[in-house]
Amino acid sequence: MFDFLQGYDLLGAFWVTVQLTVYSAIGSLIWGTLLAAMRVSPVPLMRGFGTVYVNVVRNIPLTVIIVFTSLGLFQTLGVSLGADKFTTINFRLAVLGLTAYTSAFVCEALRSGINTVPLGQVEAARAIGLSFPQVLRIIVLPQAFRSVVGPLANVLIALTKNTTVAAAIGVAEAALLMREMIENEAQLILISVIFAAGFLCLTLPTGLFLGWVAKKVAVKR
Amino acid sequence: MNVHRTCRTTVAVAAAVVLSFTSAGLASGASGGVSRAQDEDEITIGIKYDQPGIGLKTPDGTYTGFDVDVATYIAKELGHEPGDIVWKEAKSADRETLLQRGDVDFIAASYSINDERAEKVDFAGPYLLAHQDVLIRADDDSIKQPSDLNNKKLCSVTGSTSAQNVKDKIAPDAQLQEYGGYSECLTGLENGVIDAVTTDDSILAGYASQEEFKDKFKLGGFKMSNENYGIGVQKGSELQDQINTALEKMVADGSWEAAVEKNFGPAGYQNEPAPEIGVIVK
Amino acid sequence: MKSKPTVLYDVPGPRARRRNLLWTLLFLVALAAVVWWVVASLAEKNQLEWAKWAPFFTDARVWETYILPALKNTVIAAALAMVIALPLGAFLGILRLSDHRWVRGAAGTVVEFFRAIPVLILMLFANAAYAEFTDISPDTRPLYAVVTGLVLYNASVLAEVVRAGILALPSGQTDAAKAIGMRKGQTMTYVLLPQAVTAMLPALVSQLVVIVKDTALGGAMLGFSELLASVRPMSANYGANTIACFTVVAVIFVVLNFALTTFASWLEGRLRRGKKSTGAVVGVEAVEELAAPGEHMGPTDGTK
Repeated sequence: MFDFLQGYDLLGAFWVTVQLTVYSAIGSLIWGTLLAAMRVSPVPLMRGFGTVYVNVVRNIPLTVIIVFTSLGLFQTLGVSLGADKFTTINFRLAVLGLTAYTSAFVCEALRSGINTVPLGQVEAARAIGLSFPQVLRIIVLPQAFRSVVGPLANVLIALTKNTTVAAAIGVAEAALLMREMIENEAQLILISVIFAAGFLCLTLPTGLFLGWVAKKVAVKR
Repeated sequence: MNVHRTCRTTVAVAAAVVLSFTSAGLASGASGGVSRAQDEDEITIGIKYDQPGIGLKTPDGTYTGFDVDVATYIAKELGHEPGDIVWKEAKSADRETLLQRGDVDFIAASYSINDERAEKVDFAGPYLLAHQDVLIRADDDSIKQPSDLNNKKLCSVTGSTSAQNVKDKIAPDAQLQEYGGYSECLTGLENGVIDAVTTDDSILAGYASQEEFKDKFKLGGFKMSNENYGIGVQKGSELQDQINTALEKMVADGSWEAAVEKNFGPAGYQNEPAPEIGVIVK
Repeated sequence: MKSKPTVLYDVPGPRARRRNLLWTLLFLVALAAVVWWVVASLAEKNQLEWAKWAPFFTDARVWETYILPALKNTVIAAALAMVIALPLGAFLGILRLSDHRWVRGAAGTVVEFFRAIPVLILMLFANAAYAEFTDISPDTRPLYAVVTGLVLYNASVLAEVVRAGILALPSGQTDAAKAIGMRKGQTMTYVLLPQAVTAMLPALVSQLVVIVKDTALGGAMLGFSELLASVRPMSANYGANTIACFTVVAVIFVVLNFALTTFASWLEGRLRRGKKSTGAVVGVEAVEELAAPGEHMGPTDGTK
């Protein structure tokens, strides 16, 4: 029944999906935090940049962003991210595109987390003379992160699913393999079930685990 | 008052949704009605919409290219004026289905004859012998023969067999980038991140003949495969013989040569002589 | 910014103001450097040639032949997906609130399943399934496949929105309905649903943004002739001006979606201000949070 799987690197494709997810998650956590810091910063220009970035990026289809990394960044601006093989370049470009997109959502999640930190804490921090970066780093962000684990988990799951878009620039992840298999094998239902199951295995445990973490670390108020 | 306002908002949104729904319904009603032969004079022909020189939808909403010229000639011979032709996009993957379902009368869309396809549809022609070739930058002297493609960066469209061909048989060390369309490949070729775009020479010549690319690109002139373009018709259709007759006449009266010159000429494309009907060059 | 003081930092004094100015300058320089690098590289690769961009400004036919019909397809797919997904989602959402455990469980499984799977996988499946088991014409098949994928996914997301909308209503509503002798079905149809739909409107509009964005997947992977896919025939006509085409298409997407988002926030603000309503609103923010499986977000309270 599963003979047709011969010759397809199913695990390899899902491994690429996992790699895309992990690298992009790390990237968007960093860039998203910086964006959130910009959006609440005392420098008007940074606030403006953060707002414009989030509003533009959130409203562009991810597909457009991914294709643009290849056509615009790589082809035209010559950004090859230190790689010289197309497969590596495309993978890194996809990570970059996914990071650029996902960090807008991380930023918004964090910003709502920052809003949950009671005013008194910030006022107290300022009263003992902490500067803005210190307030953010020592008082606000640690609490904000703990209160947004739930929303961030959802962003992570959305990211896992969004990695399929990398197929648009030929990154050999799950969706590309699925399309290839559908074209070559007459096993549509079975193939679809396999890939659906693969994504269930990735997304459901993440959701359940981080849901548990969210409860564990939630700030009791 | 506020409840009233809320209601109004609700109604406005509901109206907007209903409006968009009806307009969607109307539109799909207009475009979805794929009924052929409602008018005796009409003929539906499948062509490519995005291949300059072969079949291209221009900004005026008209169509140009070699396949379009051939199809128009055939239609005329079958008794249909150019105004009676209904053009339909025939993407590569859809061609057999379109014919089998009878959505189109015939297809002229860079359609190479092969055994697998011949099982599902019948072919008239061939009407053009094309070869797999590469398009390179005009100032690039490093690619003189197919084996020079080793260690070069090749580009083709997703799912095309031509690129895989080169990689498997001719230049195993070549790198392959696949995009959804040839335009993306050409941007890369122009920018220097791609060294060669590979597919049928007729398609490449069509691109290279465009005003914007004059003197920028050249064809490699490698004949890496034989592609016999045929006119696809439904299995067992009596159109096959009529189209063959039309094609013979087109070659005989010089219209074929004129069409080749018009569509591929500017790129310095060395076309093969008009193929003989029914003779497939392997 | 004077009108909305933030608590994260003090009102800047002379030194802070100088420091902010310095940061502004540094940031400006960095931004300018990036912009300069982009523009210079584009110019060097001849991507800024007027010939590549001119068609969009001087030639109305580009819009008539390529962009507007493609935009129409995008809008049609998005509208159809919304119109079909909404009742389906409402149905699933109500089932999830059922008193019967197995009904809740079944609806919950369906919702969780379709939320855990990428839309692209659903679309690829629908496209292949329609090709194999139905005789839908190849030129409308991508539309069917895209709409099917979007409906399956978004109905599940909307089920959660509907559920949140109903749960957001004050329990007094149900109590009152019970007190005047309404049955469960009546309570749902006459009391809860009408109010929940109003409460959900902002979330529904911003879900439209998600739908509009996802239609582009059909263009890239299924050959659906939507806005993103219009780049292909367009760039074939104008000497492969892919950069220009993509930029124009991206701008259209941003404008369209920004209009939708703005409308959603406006609706939300309006509904929240409405004092005589129950004050229950499922906000714009709810959508992104609900868009993934795992932990369920409760109704968002907006009166923070």
